[in-house]
Amino acid sequence: MSEQTAPHRAGSDAPFFAVMGTLGGSYILLIVAMLAADLAYTSPRNFADALRKPEIQFAIWLTLVSCSISALLSIWVATPLGYLLSRFPFRGRWLIDTIIDIPIVLPPLVIGLSLLILFNIKFNETSLEDLLHEHVRWGQWRLSVTFSQPAVVLAQFAVACAFAVQTMRVTFDQIDPRAEQVALTLGCRRSQAFLEVALPQAWRGIVAALTVAWARSLGEFGPILVFAGATRMRTEVLSTTVFLELSVGELSAAVAVSLLMVVAAMVVLGIVRILGTKAKAAA
Amino acid sequence: MIELDGISIRSGAFALANVGLSIPAGTYAVLMGGTGQGKTTILEAICGLRTVTAGRVLLHGADVTRLRPGDRGVGYVPQDLALFPMMTVRGHLEFALRVRHWPERAIVERVAELAAVLGIEPLLSRGVEHLSGGEGQRVALGRALSFRPRILLLDEPLNALDEATRDRLCELLRKVQRTSGLTTLHVTHSRSEAAALADKLLILESGRLSERPVAALEQLPDDLIAAGGRPR
Repeated sequence: MSEQTAPHRAGSDAPFFAVMGTLGGSYILLIVAMLAADLAYTSPRNFADALRKPEIQFAIWLTLVSCSISALLSIWVATPLGYLLSRFPFRGRWLIDTIIDIPIVLPPLVIGLSLLILFNIKFNETSLEDLLHEHVRWGQWRLSVTFSQPAVVLAQFAVACAFAVQTMRVTFDQIDPRAEQVALTLGCRRSQAFLEVALPQAWRGIVAALTVAWARSLGEFGPILVFAGATRMRTEVLSTTVFLELSVGELSAAVAVSLLMVVAAMVVLGIVRILGTKAKAAA
Repeated sequence: MIELDGISIRSGAFALANVGLSIPAGTYAVLMGGTGQGKTTILEAICGLRTVTAGRVLLHGADVTRLRPGDRGVGYVPQDLALFPMMTVRGHLEFALRVRHWPERAIVERVAELAAVLGIEPLLSRGVEHLSGGEGQRVALGRALSFRPRILLLDEPLNALDEATRDRLCELLRKVQRTSGLTTLHVTHSRSEAAALADKLLILESGRLSERPVAALEQLPDDLIAAGGRPR
């Protein structure tokens, strides 16, 4: 009887937070420890020396430009694809889903190799590379892709776009299609319902997809190495710089460049987060 | 005039077969029925958001079965309102008119007229996120009426409103319908709404539509018209 009348005590929550915090915190610790080790290994002088090298300055510039182009291209493709996949349950959609997942699950090196083969395999004694070189020209200039800068962007895009598509698809999945349907009853074409009703609601997802694509492009290494090469002052981006410096024994320069990439990534993520919160405050 | 000539609709496990219906022009018809009977599905078939597998949909005598929603000229207020989250109230009222390329002056006049009738002038420049239930209903109604459709479909438009707002909106619906001679089909679970509005009472039961005299509303068994959950 006394057991039933005694007031029940739920007990302390401290063990819960201790266990959850320790398990979760171990990962945070790993990341911070890696960065701290990098920082301890290098010095501001190493950093400044690395930044003074014209090769590295070029790599910084090419990285910023190529990542931005590939991120913009990804959005341009991912928004319509994400919308179609989210809204229209057409026959064989599973196949399209599977195809889009290929760049995500495939080893990056294989993507680079596949691009290399795609552009250089001969059909009727001419390759895609030859065709482009022949027909895309501007005065004296002719387009070449393999082992030059377009290959850097294409290698980044091939992987980054898959992630952007996933983000955009989830974005549109979370937007209620009813509003677009009502817009259709008001006399719209599909294109108007998409542009005026769905797209304005998707802007946050677009920013997220842009960030994901940019970050993936920044980290891209294998496909660039295979498809664009690692020619200094020509196709070298920061991820290849780390590899090149490492391969000639310049460990301190490699670490300095690595930290530079960390900073670049954090700046981009920070900008996006600020944009996000500002928009939330305005809404 | 709304006519359904033996339409069949199938969506997943749910199916309606051989449904017939005729609502004369200028009539305010109220459609009642238990949850999950397919009332919303019938509205969607009329405005073109759901394809019918058999039968014909006729609006004012014209066969619109194969027409796209935008070409049918039907005003539709869905149950969840589905307002456009990124648009102002004015944007909602202008939307269908801009799509139709009305001249700017005509749009301004029409929006002013609608806002006055619906009593939403102070809301025009506001977004729709923080509107009250009654305000949201008025905006959705204004959006559906903006392009002067001859047919209006309302899916439980007065649900989840307090009684006073409900009565005011009932009056407004009646007034709007009378002055513009709209043919209206209104889905509801509420006897009082039906009593206040209906010229014609339709009951959907086990996939069959039947007409009942409005006077017999009180005698209808509860489970025939009962609400509960979200009907599809």
